[in-house]
Order: sequence, then C-alpha cells, then structure tokens
Amino acid sequence: MKKSFKMVDLDCANCAAKMETAIKKIKGVNHATVSFMSQKMTIDADDDHFQEIIKEIVKVCKRIEPDCIIQI
Amino acid sequence: MSRKQRKMLFRILLSAAIFVIGLLLPIHNIYLEFTIYLICYAIVGWDVIWKAIRNIAHGQIFDENFLMAIATIGAFCLGEYPEGVEVMLFYQIGELFQSYAVGRSRKSIRSLMDIKPDYANIEQDGKLIQVDPEDVSVGNTIVIQSGEKIPLDGIVLQGQSSINTSALTGESLPKDVTVGDQVISGCINQTGLLKVQVTKEFGESTVSKILDLVENSSNKKAKAENFITKFARYYTPIVVIGAILLALIPPLVSGGNWIQWIERALIFLVISCPCALVISIPLSFFGGIGGASKCGILVKGGNYLEALAKTEIVVFDKTGTLTKGSFRVVAAHPNEISQQQLLEYAALAESFSKHPISLSLKQAYGKEINHQRVSNVQEMSGRGVSAKIDGKQIYAGNDKLMNQIQVDWHMCDLVGTIVHVAVNGIYAGHIVISDEIKEDAKRAIVSLKQQGIQKTVMLTGDTQAVGEDVAKQLSLDEVHTQLLPSDKVDCVESLLQQKSAKGKLAFVGDGINDAPVLSRADIGIAMGGLGSDAAIEAADIVLMDDKPSKIACAMKISQKTLRIVKQNIIFSLGIKGLILLLGALGLTNMQAAIFADVGVMVIAVLNASRALYVNSVER
Repeated sequence: MKKSFKMVDLDCANCAAKMETAIKKIKGVNHATVSFMSQKMTIDADDDHFQEIIKEIVKVCKRIEPDCIIQI
Repeated sequence: MSRKQRKMLFRILLSAAIFVIGLLLPIHNIYLEFTIYLICYAIVGWDVIWKAIRNIAHGQIFDENFLMAIATIGAFCLGEYPEGVEVMLFYQIGELFQSYAVGRSRKSIRSLMDIKPDYANIEQDGKLIQVDPEDVSVGNTIVIQSGEKIPLDGIVLQGQSSINTSALTGESLPKDVTVGDQVISGCINQTGLLKVQVTKEFGESTVSKILDLVENSSNKKAKAENFITKFARYYTPIVVIGAILLALIPPLVSGGNWIQWIERALIFLVISCPCALVISIPLSFFGGIGGASKCGILVKGGNYLEALAKTEIVVFDKTGTLTKGSFRVVAAHPNEISQQQLLEYAALAESFSKHPISLSLKQAYGKEINHQRVSNVQEMSGRGVSAKIDGKQIYAGNDKLMNQIQVDWHMCDLVGTIVHVAVNGIYAGHIVISDEIKEDAKRAIVSLKQQGIQKTVMLTGDTQAVGEDVAKQLSLDEVHTQLLPSDKVDCVESLLQQKSAKGKLAFVGDGINDAPVLSRADIGIAMGGLGSDAAIEAADIVLMDDKPSKIACAMKISQKTLRIVKQNIIFSLGIKGLILLLGALGLTNMQAAIFADVGVMVIAVLNASRALYVNSVER
C-alpha cells in the first residue's frame, strides 16, 4: 500500500534525509521518501502490517526530530 | 514569516543587543562579563543545547545541535565568551534565514501550481450553489461563470467563451470553446457563461493528475541529490573525527599548547554541518521542476531533469509531433475535367468513409454532400473505393487500384498521399494530400542543434517520399520510414547503441500508441498532454501543449538547473575545505569560520532559488 503523509515543522533537510534512511530500514517498508521541500512523506509498505509499520515510523521519526509531527 | 520565525528573530535581536552593550561597556569584573555573555548565549541558544541533550538521549550523536553546543561551550571553557556567543548568533541567523528562504521558495512553487479549483457551481431549483468539486459525479452539469476556474473536465453543453490555459500550458493566447468542445479543469473561463457536462471525476481530472505529478516529482531523485545525501552521511563523522585527532595528536606528539589545538579543533566542529549542500541541491531541482511547470512542461522527477541536460540524440515521431497530424489537400491536378469536378468526384466517392484522408477531401470540396447521387460504394482495403456517381463509374485510390482497373495513370511531382481518380475507365487526374509541418518545428530543431544535440532523428510509419520530404524541410539528420510500432522500438534500440556512455536519448511522441518507445528511451517526452491521460502516464516529461519548441525550452531549464547545482557543490565544498585547512593551520578563528559557513549556506540557497525563475529562458 502506498500512502503519503504531511509533516509539520520538518525544519532540517539533513534530518529529512536521516529519517528516510531510518524508515527504509524498517521491516515491511518497500520504499520511502521524506521530502524536505514538499514537507511530505511517502511510504510504500506491506498491507498486512501497515498500521504497525506506521507506528514504528512515527517512533523512528520522533527519535530523529522530536519537533516534527507526522499528520496521520 | 511564521510565528516561530518571528520569535526566533526576536531572540536573535535581543541577544545581539545585549551582546553589543556588553562589548561597549567598560566592564572589568570577569564575573559580570561572564554573566552578560551567558545571558546572551542562553537567550539565543537555549534550544540548541536542549535539542542536543535530547538527541543524545535518543542516540543521535553527530547531530548539528550537538556539534554547535560542543563548539560554543568549548569556547566558553577556554574563556572566549564573545566567540561563543557570536558563533551561536551566526548559527541561529543562518538557520532562520534558511527556513525563511526555503519557505518562500516553497510558497512560490505552490502559487505556480495554484490551479486547484476550490468549488464547482451546480444549478439547483434555479439557483446556483457552490459544492466541493470532489462531490460532483460524472454526467452532472456544472455552471462556470466568467472569471472562474474550470473545476472538472467536461464537454460544453451550452454557451461559448474563450478560456485561458496559461496556468497549465504557459500559453498566453486564449482558446475559444463552444458547444460540443472539451474543456479542461484548471483553465480559467474568461468571457462567457458555460454549462458543462462533467466527463471525469475530480480525482481523475486533469488538474488532479497534474498536481499529483508535480507533488510527487521530488520522490524521484537526481544523481546529484543522491550523491549529496551519501556525502552528508560521511562528511560530519569524518570532520568530527578530524577535530578529535587535531585536538589530541599534535599536543601529544610535539607537546604543544593544548588550548591552541583545542581551539583549532572547535573550528572543525563549527563547519561540520553539511547544511548548505543538503538544502541547496534539492531546492535547485525543486525550483527547476517548478519553473518548468510554469512553462507548461511537467517533469516527473529530478532524475529526468538531470538526464535532459545530457541528451545527445533526440528522436521524434512524425505525425502529431513535428506535423499537425491533420491532413489537407495541397493540390488537385485534373486531366480533361475541371479541378472542382475532380474534387467533387473524389469527395463523393469517399463520402462514406471516416478516414482522415476522406475527411480532408470533403473539407476541400467544401459543399454539402448529396448522398443520393452516390450508390454501389465498395471499399477496397489498401487500395481505395469504387462508387457509382450520377450513373458514372468512379474509382478513387492509389496507384495499385489504377493498375488493377488498367487505367493509364501518371506520377505527380509533389510529395504526399496521392489519390488518383478514374471516371468510366478514363484517368481523370489526381489529388495530393499531405500533413502540415507545425509552425515552430523548424525553430525547435535549430534551437536543439544550438544546444549541442548531436543528432536529430525522425521515425514514421509513413511512406519514404513523405518522410524524407519532411526530414529535408526540417533539416533532420536521419529519417526512418515505413515503420510499424514495433520497428520504432528496434530503431530506438539501435540508436541507443550510437550515443556515448554518459549521453542520453530522448524520444518525443504524442503519447498515442507509442508508449513502448516512450518507456524504452532514456527520457520519454509526450506532447499535447492536456487532456490525454495516456501521455501523462507513459512519459517522463509531459509537454502540456503540442509545441515541439518546448523541448528546447525544457533543455534550457535543465541545463540552467544543473549549472546551479554544480556551482553550489563546488562553491560549498571549496569554501568548507578551505576553512578546514586554514583552521588546522591556525590561520582563522571561530567567528570567521562560522561567518563563512553561514555565508556559504545563504549564497547557496539564494543561488538555488534562481532555478525557479525561468523568465530568462526563452519561451
């Protein structure tokens, strides 16, 4: 399933790149992009565990940039 | 400025003001001095310190906040209070500027793509009500008043108007529409009231597709972007390790001054953030893609924009790309009958056919066709037709048909599709029909050549004579004729062998039945994307209108973007390298280093936002 989310207060480009790398490492994620320019995250992940994967993504992003909020 | 940015600006100004007062006042008490600078530092940098602590707790070590905190606290420990404050001040000014500049570019790109309609008018009980375009379904009738945006794709039921397509195509000339014409969402209705029957739901309409495409374009990254991401990952750790080594080794080996070497190491930390590159490179591509869409050129990703600048071979489809794809009678050469009569026979004989050739004959004849004069119509596939008109036996078709009925015919010296006509077994002459070359095709080829395209090739399913004639008129380098769709793929395959390893091949087609070739080429460019879903989906770059000269325009934007990217990479790396060197040799101090670092970023961001402005590129 492919879905995109808005990211609020994504203030640093380097963090966006770090998030992208970290999200790609999560099991079940086929592809991910975090775009600093459009302040959006696009996730392509397995359908079966999609909700859990999203939770994991939120956790990972929180660790990298606690100020950034992912709108789900 | 957002509220957050205003708050930051206030903090910077307040801190700077206290800092200046601290510098000017003749304070000799060391504790008082320390307190004043500490207040400045806390006002401007508390969040950096806080983030650094928080991120370490999360396992983020090489984080810019942490590095900045170490560098400034280090300066304080060494008793260099003003340095510590200055570094933090400059750092925050840089961050503020960057977030402001990026926010501005983001906004201006968004306004470029301000084609999203907010509402649709529906007539209910004689009154107009505004509804969300998403709630309108196919078959509904919507009303568009003058000055309003067309919210959904549809067909005009009532009214006539001129519509402005410039938001989609970059074309400033308005287009006239009347009953039965298609209108496309995102255009603006300028003059009259239109009643339109909706043919596509909002999610499927042109405007949604375009918005989707542009917003997702940053997902496909250019090589330069990937390089920078990778580079950033290694740059910071390497510089930090360099700083540690610089602080430890020289004093240990030569027993030098610890403070002096630690100071130099702090300079390393100050410039360890790859920000300038990490921000400016994606910003350049984002700007380039945004600028292109302003001209009616949709680029599906940074990688395609990058590839376009390296194009060596451009392959064109003929019909609909270089030519208009509409056939027209260019000459009628009668034999013993009048020209009008020749046209009349041909038009009547072909009057039951819907082939483009037949349509052009009817158009040239120009009068109402009386079907009662025509009987016994027989179509002979690949040859022509036979019919009885006013009791006379008429044959109209190609040379094969003439040979078949054993009529003595002769060739024409004009190039095109030739329809011979025979009346009661006697040759009556022929009509020449050909496709028109687009007005700007010639200019497009010249312009591409000027930009260093090595080879221009045309592929066509048309006859050799017609193909070669068009190629000659446009001075193309190579032409391949009488190709089936599958032959076109083979042709492109062999052309792909001819280019250099780094060069790219672009194929330009109209998106109709050339999807395989579009995807086989390095860059597939589809024209006339306005209203054609197939084109938008199959291609990497979509030209919203059908002007071949836009290809040259797209290339110019691509080259300009890449030039900016290259400048930024060289400039940022060069300055950073220089400061590292000067810092290691002890030839610079911390203030100069942070000043240079922030300066590099500001210049790189400003340079990147140039990519957005395409006015300098000839339209």
